Amino acid sequence: MSQTAPLARTGDPAARTVAWRRFADVAFQVIALVVLLVALGALGALIWDIVSDGAGRLSWDFVTSFPSRRASQAGIWPALVGSVFIILVTALLAVPVGVAAAIYLEEYGGRSLGARLIELNITNLAAVPSIIYGLLGLGLFVRMLGMGRSVLAGASTLALLVLPVVILSTREALRAVPGSLREGSYALGATKWQTIWYQVLPVATPGILTGLILALSRAIGETAPLIIAGAVTFATFAPDSIWSPFTVLPIQIFNWVSRPQVEFHANAAAGILVLVLLLLSMNAIAIWLRDRYTKKGAA
Amino acid sequence: MSLGPAREPRRRSKRFEFIIEWVLFLSALLSIGTTIGIILVLTVETVAFLREVSIVEFLTGTEWTPLFSMPRFGVLPLVAGTTLVSLIAMAVALPMGLLSAIYLSEYASDGVRRVVKPVLELLAGVPTVVYGYFALLFVTPLLQRFLPALSGFNAVSPGIVMGIMILPLVSSLAEDAMRGVPRGLREGSYALGATKMQTSLRVVVPAAFSGITAAFILAVSRAIGETMIVAIAAGQQPRLTFDPTVPVETMTAYIVQISLGDTPQGTIEYRTIFAVGMLLFIGTFGLNVVSAWLRERFREEYA
Repeated sequence: MSQTAPLARTGDPAARTVAWRRFADVAFQVIALVVLLVALGALGALIWDIVSDGAGRLSWDFVTSFPSRRASQAGIWPALVGSVFIILVTALLAVPVGVAAAIYLEEYGGRSLGARLIELNITNLAAVPSIIYGLLGLGLFVRMLGMGRSVLAGASTLALLVLPVVILSTREALRAVPGSLREGSYALGATKWQTIWYQVLPVATPGILTGLILALSRAIGETAPLIIAGAVTFATFAPDSIWSPFTVLPIQIFNWVSRPQVEFHANAAAGILVLVLLLLSMNAIAIWLRDRYTKKGAA
Repeated sequence: MSLGPAREPRRRSKRFEFIIEWVLFLSALLSIGTTIGIILVLTVETVAFLREVSIVEFLTGTEWTPLFSMPRFGVLPLVAGTTLVSLIAMAVALPMGLLSAIYLSEYASDGVRRVVKPVLELLAGVPTVVYGYFALLFVTPLLQRFLPALSGFNAVSPGIVMGIMILPLVSSLAEDAMRGVPRGLREGSYALGATKMQTSLRVVVPAAFSGITAAFILAVSRAIGETMIVAIAAGQQPRLTFDPTVPVETMTAYIVQISLGDTPQGTIEYRTIFAVGMLLFIGTFGLNVVSAWLRERFREEYA
């Protein structure tokens, strides 16, 4: 318990010390609570600011129009298509490799030196600033491999960026599969791969999918690596192949924020609202999957 | 082959198993390839850069004007900009993050924790370009009401916003560290008549010290590498100053500035972004390694 029995005489210095300590304890709790409220208040201010700046600008025309020098006619269509396209290609590149790597580390690697080295390396990669991946993409994909400023170069860059996150979350999903399932499969004479393919992966799939969506929803908000690895900032066309030049929503928003005119700032806020809607719907799918998973697990 | 019909498929499946394992191993190896790729790309361009500019001028020069007709390549103004913004961010994120971690770990009921933690995670999930918008168009005008001398681009506003962005990282890692402290230590402290605050500050926090420090260091590394908030709200004027009210330029914002123009490959401007990137990589990598080492040590203490 945090309280001491009250002392008889209040003039007693010991009693004063106790009263002071109790006061300090309450005061400390109040300060901590205020700090939390300030953090939550900042989130509230952020949401209020963007909704009040951007909601009036949001319309179907805004979503389906092309960028323009006139703020009132500008829209986000090429950026929206670019974002969705980039994320799909990123997923196609990162998911098979990431899941395969996670299976190796979780099911095959064990405690060997090689596996531990790879593990350490992945933890480190997860903390490398995203802008560094942009430089890697520029040097490797855009220039050295000659992909130019294309969807493929951008998506490859983002794929390397999300790979550590995909691997870490997939490993967690695999770890949640009980070992008895594997042993049962071995006992029936299945090989290691048969066990993984027919027993472990089906059980782990919802968990893996949840992690994948969360990783990709982080990638959809990334700006800096794509600016460096060759996205264009003013796209008047939507990308139609993996070799097309492209832009994405966050870069379009950045472009509008950086202009001095207030009308463009409203466009930026409206663009943020679209980006946030995209993010929220991806997260909603992830939560839905997680719920389905836990219900199945309980049944 | 002269093998019996029953052995044929087993043999094939053995070969298949072998191939699968190799494919999986190569996928895992790609992460090592990424690290090597980063180091290689940065090194090649940095070496080419250092052939034209001496390393002494690069690391100790106090003027950064690579786009002028008489270019100067002293990186210190960019380092100063990065340091200044990061310090402001840390001044916000460390005390607030630590206090909310103490509150969540030691005081809050399960109900409060269940509501507050996801909301804090939401703060961490906001795209950084949104924070940039918030810093430039909300926080800066707000601050200008109290500080009329504050420039439209400055270090203090992106610093504060970056601090709010990093707060959830500090808070959740520090909370994890404090929850890792065995209950017995707390109970011993209560038994001696200590209040909750005394227990939190004098027993739990010191016991979780290496874990909390690891969280702080990771937060510093995140602040140094953060790009969009400063690219939008801090300005593009590299200057060697610690005045938070004037425009500055960070290392990351410089890389973005050059990338927005179409810089031809092989020019010295093109190489500067890799040289600055190399410095950024070395700095954050060093911090990440120290942080990982501290976390490992903390885990051993209470294993």
